[in-house]
Amino acid sequence: MSVTHGTTTTAGPVPGDTPPEATSATGDAHRHSAGIEAVGRVARAVLPVTGVLSDPTQLRTYECDGLAHYRVTPALVVLPETTEQLAAVVRACAAHGVPFVARGSGTGLSGGALPRADGVLVVTSRMRTIREVRRADQRAVVEPGVINLAVTRAVTGEGYYYAPDPSSQQICSIGGNLAENSGGAHCLKYGFTSNHVLGAELVTPQGDVVALGGLAPDSPGYDLLGTVVGSEGTLGIATTAVVRLVRLPEEVRTLLVGFRSTDDAGAATSAIIGAGIVPAAIEMMDALAIEAAEAAVHCDYPAGAGAVLVIELDGAAVEVEHEYAQVERFCTEHGAFELRPATDAAERALIWKGRKSAFAAVGRISPDYIVQDGVIPRTALPEVLRAIAELSSSSGVRVANVFHAGDGNLHPLVLFDDAQPGAGKAAEQVSGAILDLCINHGGSITGEHGVGVDKAAYMPRMFSDDDLDTMQLVRCAFDPDGISNPGKLFPTPRLCGEVPGKRKHAHPLVEAGLADAF
Amino acid sequence: MAPTGDTVSLDAARTALSGACDDVREATAADAVDGVPASLVARPASTAEVGEVLRAAAGHELAVVPRGRGTKSTWGRAPERADLVVDLSRMSAVLDHAAGDLVVETQAGALLADVQAVVGTAGQRLALDEPVPGSSIGGTLATNSSGPGRLAVGTARDLLIGVTVVRADGVVARAGGRVVKNVAGYDLGKLVIGSFGTLAVVTEAVFRLHPVAPARQWVTVGVDSAGRAQELAQRVVHSQLVPAAVEVDWPGDGDGGAGSLGVLLEGTPAGVETRTAALTGLLGGGTAAGTAPAGWGRYPWDDDGVTGRATALKATVALSGVAGALDAGRRAATDAGTTLSWRGSAGAGVLYGALPATAGPDAVAAVLGPLRAACAAAGGALVVLDAAPEVEAAVDTWGPVPAIDLMRRVKERFDPERRLAPGRFVGGI
Repeated sequence: MSVTHGTTTTAGPVPGDTPPEATSATGDAHRHSAGIEAVGRVARAVLPVTGVLSDPTQLRTYECDGLAHYRVTPALVVLPETTEQLAAVVRACAAHGVPFVARGSGTGLSGGALPRADGVLVVTSRMRTIREVRRADQRAVVEPGVINLAVTRAVTGEGYYYAPDPSSQQICSIGGNLAENSGGAHCLKYGFTSNHVLGAELVTPQGDVVALGGLAPDSPGYDLLGTVVGSEGTLGIATTAVVRLVRLPEEVRTLLVGFRSTDDAGAATSAIIGAGIVPAAIEMMDALAIEAAEAAVHCDYPAGAGAVLVIELDGAAVEVEHEYAQVERFCTEHGAFELRPATDAAERALIWKGRKSAFAAVGRISPDYIVQDGVIPRTALPEVLRAIAELSSSSGVRVANVFHAGDGNLHPLVLFDDAQPGAGKAAEQVSGAILDLCINHGGSITGEHGVGVDKAAYMPRMFSDDDLDTMQLVRCAFDPDGISNPGKLFPTPRLCGEVPGKRKHAHPLVEAGLADAF
Repeated sequence: MAPTGDTVSLDAARTALSGACDDVREATAADAVDGVPASLVARPASTAEVGEVLRAAAGHELAVVPRGRGTKSTWGRAPERADLVVDLSRMSAVLDHAAGDLVVETQAGALLADVQAVVGTAGQRLALDEPVPGSSIGGTLATNSSGPGRLAVGTARDLLIGVTVVRADGVVARAGGRVVKNVAGYDLGKLVIGSFGTLAVVTEAVFRLHPVAPARQWVTVGVDSAGRAQELAQRVVHSQLVPAAVEVDWPGDGDGGAGSLGVLLEGTPAGVETRTAALTGLLGGGTAAGTAPAGWGRYPWDDDGVTGRATALKATVALSGVAGALDAGRRAATDAGTTLSWRGSAGAGVLYGALPATAGPDAVAAVLGPLRAACAAAGGALVVLDAAPEVEAAVDTWGPVPAIDLMRRVKERFDPERRLAPGRFVGGI
């Protein structure tokens, strides 16, 4: 079974193809081999012997992240244990012009941690210490390799938790979350990683160690931290993060609701939001996604449902009580045929198990599938879901829908069997058409999985050249040599050159027509 | 550039600007930016016109200071030059309120109050306080001003989901979008928030909205020391009562010890009533009211009775450092023969201080030293937001800024000729 994510139609790679930067990387590998050797020498001098991998078999285990159809074997893998070690490696990369890619747990779904054949993969999994839990300050200071759920586990006993909860929270790392600005089911109410990371120590692409933000809010100066969070590893590598701890709510109510159709479930969602209720989460799954979840984890969702909503309310008990009554009423008014509140923690866990396992579960009903991630304004949900259904029926490609209904973040799962000729291509086309639907409805090409290598070719559909050039100004300020995760996020390689306005001559590569200068 | 007084080059600049925008005039004394006289004022009517104006300004090497409604134009350091004020007050439209999506799109010159009025018709609010009445959206973003509500919903960085800016070279760029959840591209909105107009001119903004809670209740309790204020604030933030705001108010002209802690609860009428009872129990007393206590959400330097130009301080600390900062400031003020009034979010660790206009440069400097040290020890910082020119000239208003080199590099890329509000921001940016 192969799992792919995102898609491009004609503009970009299709499964099985080698991504463009991998091609160029292979070409560059020869040129950079002296640089790699130099970086390797530095790494071996400062890291423990087990922290530097150059054996091809070992290197190959790092050839992909969670988006497994892009594979590139890195030239060198380093596993630093300290900021100083990591910075020394990055400094060596900078000195020799060697590109580097940071990787946490490798669970990303956009190829953001796809290695470079001519570069170094910097793996943060050995930087896994929770340095401080500061309950009085409602903060924890953690290293980038710390697993998301480990933060919550470390502070639950003190009545706190870490709010961003991507579905991969049992294995994904805080460093990866920071790079991708990860969301999760509960970001409707609690926000994303950018709202919960208040400080970071960053190793810049030059290898300098700088402090951004801190324990207190509103650090003087530009909000570089806010820019770094979600920059997909293109502005440096975070080596510590100061995260916000959130007080556990007094009451949590989780409700599973069965509807005949996604239209009914969507109408109920609109009614709930329209009444001024901000649930901790509202998740929707359609019939095909329910079928898959049942097959995989036997979550016992309502039989015959065309859609289910998982609704969670939390907060002060007396407020949750009131909102819960309203939510029940709205669901019933919009055709809910079964309302099943979780009566204990085990039932709550089972409801969430069906939802959180949905991506993997689709493997039970289809040999191959693409996980898409797009966003639409929530009110466009019924229209877009109908359009997806039409795409599916006209193409014969099945699409299962799992999404964060509260904020319009869709995760269509496009099913196919790669053994059938043309099936992969057809699935790619449907997946791409879904992204076009998102863009045409004023949405986004990614709500939480990131652009990475997978959707870089789509960026020009959402942003103008001027928009992208302006983002590139930030890139050039942090990483003028373009060595920090190059080839990700932006569609075209660009050179920073001198500071604009001070440049006297065109870069040789620009004159040769090989790159756009900025 | 040519000196500002060079009438020939100014005439040429005015001609070029008039070609870009139909509302260009000579500046008056009222257009001075923090005491620095301006030469020209342009009032463009659209993002495209702002682009044309900035392109013309670039062609004539004019230093440009963007202005919303000018309510905070004395904040930050005085700019080195202000050849052209780009006034955004003609761009005052609330462009689109998508109530079902809880999103509003607005021009930067719109009054925050006007935005609230529009979204309020659907029972919604832009969860940004308006500590300085009459503020525009653009000015609020540029200064990153915030108030009590930041405890629960955060600040502009947590609410801005899309932004349109015009760069120093006149190029128009957008980032983010119109959906709450979106990780495509760099978040340029975060970069311009709090940048005091030194990176680009914000012309349009898209925000996420929140529902207005049907009921509100303030509970106020007296505190006789900074330590007591922190202790009670800790009780509230570690409770499960979901406070919307936790404010400390500690006037400098009181009897030395008297202050208060105010907590805002929002929710349903029945819920707020129940939680209010629980809160007063937690605080060991307190007075509940359906209206805000005096001074709530206002900066202490704007209080009635403050005469002349007070020195305005913003102190940030980790929550365990609230009392330390409050005390350090108060003690240093007493030692310097002056008084310091504190007000701010004891729940978020953001405290605003006011030193009276009678405190001269020496007295202010004598307060800044120990107070800055206390803030730094508590993981935060102290900045002087506003002060009289002689004070501003004598003290380090922004204080030490980590990562300043990286910030300079960002500035160099966005505004290599240093023409946007030069000198107004940290490190002389």
